[in-house]
Amino acid sequence: MQALVIAAHGSHLNPDASDPTYAHADTVCETGAFDEVREAFWKEEPHFREVIRTLEADEVFVVPLFISEGYFTEQVIPRELRLEDWDPERWESDGTDASQATLEATDVGKTVHYCGPVGTHDAMTDVIVQRAESVTEDPDVGDGFGLAVVGHGTERNENSAKAIEYHTERIRERGRFDEVKALFMDEEPEVDDVTDFFETDDIVVVPLFIADGYHTQEDIPEDVGLTEDYRLGWDVPAEVDGHRIWYAGAVGTEGLMADVILERAADAGADLGDAVERVRAATAVGTDGETRSEPGPGAGAGD
Amino acid sequence: MTVAESTTDLEALLAAADEGLAFDGLRLEREDDGYALETPETKHAGLDDAALRDALGPLEAYVSNWRYWQREIEGEGTARRAFLRWCERAPLADAERADRRTLDDATLAVPERYEALADGIDRGWGQLRITARFVDVEKPNGERVYDLWHADDAGSDLGDLDVYDDPREARELATEDEDGRYRPLKTAPTLRSGWAFTELSGRELVDTVEFLYPATVANWHRELRGELDVDHWLETAERQTGIYDVIDELPREAVDWMAEACCVDSQCLRRREWQYEEGDDLDVDGGDGPFPCREPCSVVIAAARKWTILESEEERTYELELTTSELNQLAELIDAAAEGRTDEIREADVNDGANRYRARYLRAKRFDEEGTLDATEREP
Ligand code: SF4
Repeated sequence: MQALVIAAHGSHLNPDASDPTYAHADTVCETGAFDEVREAFWKEEPHFREVIRTLEADEVFVVPLFISEGYFTEQVIPRELRLEDWDPERWESDGTDASQATLEATDVGKTVHYCGPVGTHDAMTDVIVQRAESVTEDPDVGDGFGLAVVGHGTERNENSAKAIEYHTERIRERGRFDEVKALFMDEEPEVDDVTDFFETDDIVVVPLFIADGYHTQEDIPEDVGLTEDYRLGWDVPAEVDGHRIWYAGAVGTEGLMADVILERAADAGADLGDAVERVRAATAVGTDGETRSEPGPGAGAGD
Repeated sequence: MTVAESTTDLEALLAAADEGLAFDGLRLEREDDGYALETPETKHAGLDDAALRDALGPLEAYVSNWRYWQREIEGEGTARRAFLRWCERAPLADAERADRRTLDDATLAVPERYEALADGIDRGWGQLRITARFVDVEKPNGERVYDLWHADDAGSDLGDLDVYDDPREARELATEDEDGRYRPLKTAPTLRSGWAFTELSGRELVDTVEFLYPATVANWHRELRGELDVDHWLETAERQTGIYDVIDELPREAVDWMAEACCVDSQCLRRREWQYEEGDDLDVDGGDGPFPCREPCSVVIAAARKWTILESEEERTYELELTTSELNQLAELIDAAAEGRTDEIREADVNDGANRYRARYLRAKRFDEEGTLDATEREP
């Protein structure tokens, strides 16, 4: 038996913070690849502290639904899961290439495959691109468009910018968008000046955050000049300084995130059958009529 | 029971008999001179195949009970199985009776249990009510289903409730209280009513309960086995890092006040088992909930940080002008806010010190231009 735990931050104040976690857990659950799929949180229940004991499986894959390596993925989660032999060295990472470490959760004697965060996995690049497709409702978006990948920037975490820059570079190399830039809330180059960094008329702004909340729904829209007051909302696209800004909201709400979770577990040795293909098919832009448009060739199918 | 089901049950039972089988009062073994069959009511030995089949005829309940638990539910030693057995008052394994605090001894043997399951057996779990019953009451084949709803809806018609069957929908139900306020603590006694899950399988029941009250089944089961690993306040506080690093400085007596503020039954249905530290119990009673709380939760940790910062302030003495009634009114206001009673105070009930007009009047009279209570610090 194998189980998957999706470990996310959650919130004491905002009920929507856990929505993407639930949504991706459901997508993964429907593939039937795991005998058990559970959400676990720092600020909600089940807490990291208690989640492993709620599982019957002896093999547990834990995937942190976090953007970067740092405080939560290196200290908080392993400590709360009681992975006593954990040491960040076991990931042999310089900030963006954590893969997995196999440890024992000492309170339950189960094997835990502790994976790197979703945010630094290569498959995340595709999710950012798919987010741009979703918000423009164009599976071929790219020509004549600039893409801004927005991160928090330094706080207590020096790796936070690395993840943003890593994906920005990968997307740039693909040559799909006319321009690709990494921008930040708390450091240079700042997202406030987004229009200064692009020549293109159309700019897609994708914040690399897991859930929509204060930063993505209040701060960034106001900083970018999409709206005077976040409570009034904003248009997509919105006119700012002669550019059209397509603001996407948190990347973590994109359906394809479930694929990154699976990829993390697969890299750690989980037996997934055809779950990855099924999740990609189910979450491709165009499969859900509401906010998505025509399916395009290879939409969301990765490299 | 259909003929086909009953025959497969029987064949499976006979196959299991080769290994020797003892379950819920039924014992069946193949011995040298034939089968030995025993229940609390009957005892046979030396049965050949045909005689065994005859003897099992009136023991259908034992056979289907064996099939349900051993073939369908399975999971020997799991919390899920123990919880489902507790739901129908079936005896638990000896290892699951080490700590008897949440066990009553009114377990039922198979014949009485079958009678009760035909009507439905009810259990309470926090604000939840669980009914275990047979799918087919007329011809019970051992197949159980479970209904789950809010205790407040126990007398309601199903037609008046929103009926669900997917456990995952419980997450939504647990998110907000009756007034639409977010519930960060899932075991707060504010679960909204008006819904029901019906005809859940055993696994679905446990999943639903776990979405509503996460990890309660697992920790209850650990406690039953005498294996609940309690992390007391100090251990938990000392483990914290980042912005919560400070909370181990919360004074000893403040931890008592905190438990009284957060962990009593009126605020949380978990039974607090953690103390200040091993051998140093808090004064406050842990509550009566069926499921234990094994360490301070994240809501309490977050609040503790605030209190640690507040408790680091020095006490001072202030002078302010108040009538005796106004002083009493301050006490009433604090009490009403602490009990969450302010919404219930009627608009015109000016006898209640926490009445909004009374509070506004006090503010108009005693606050200064800056909007703060007009008080002066007394020189030490
Ligand atoms: S710490 Fe207190 S409030 Fe939190 S779950 Fe335990 S008993 Fe409830």
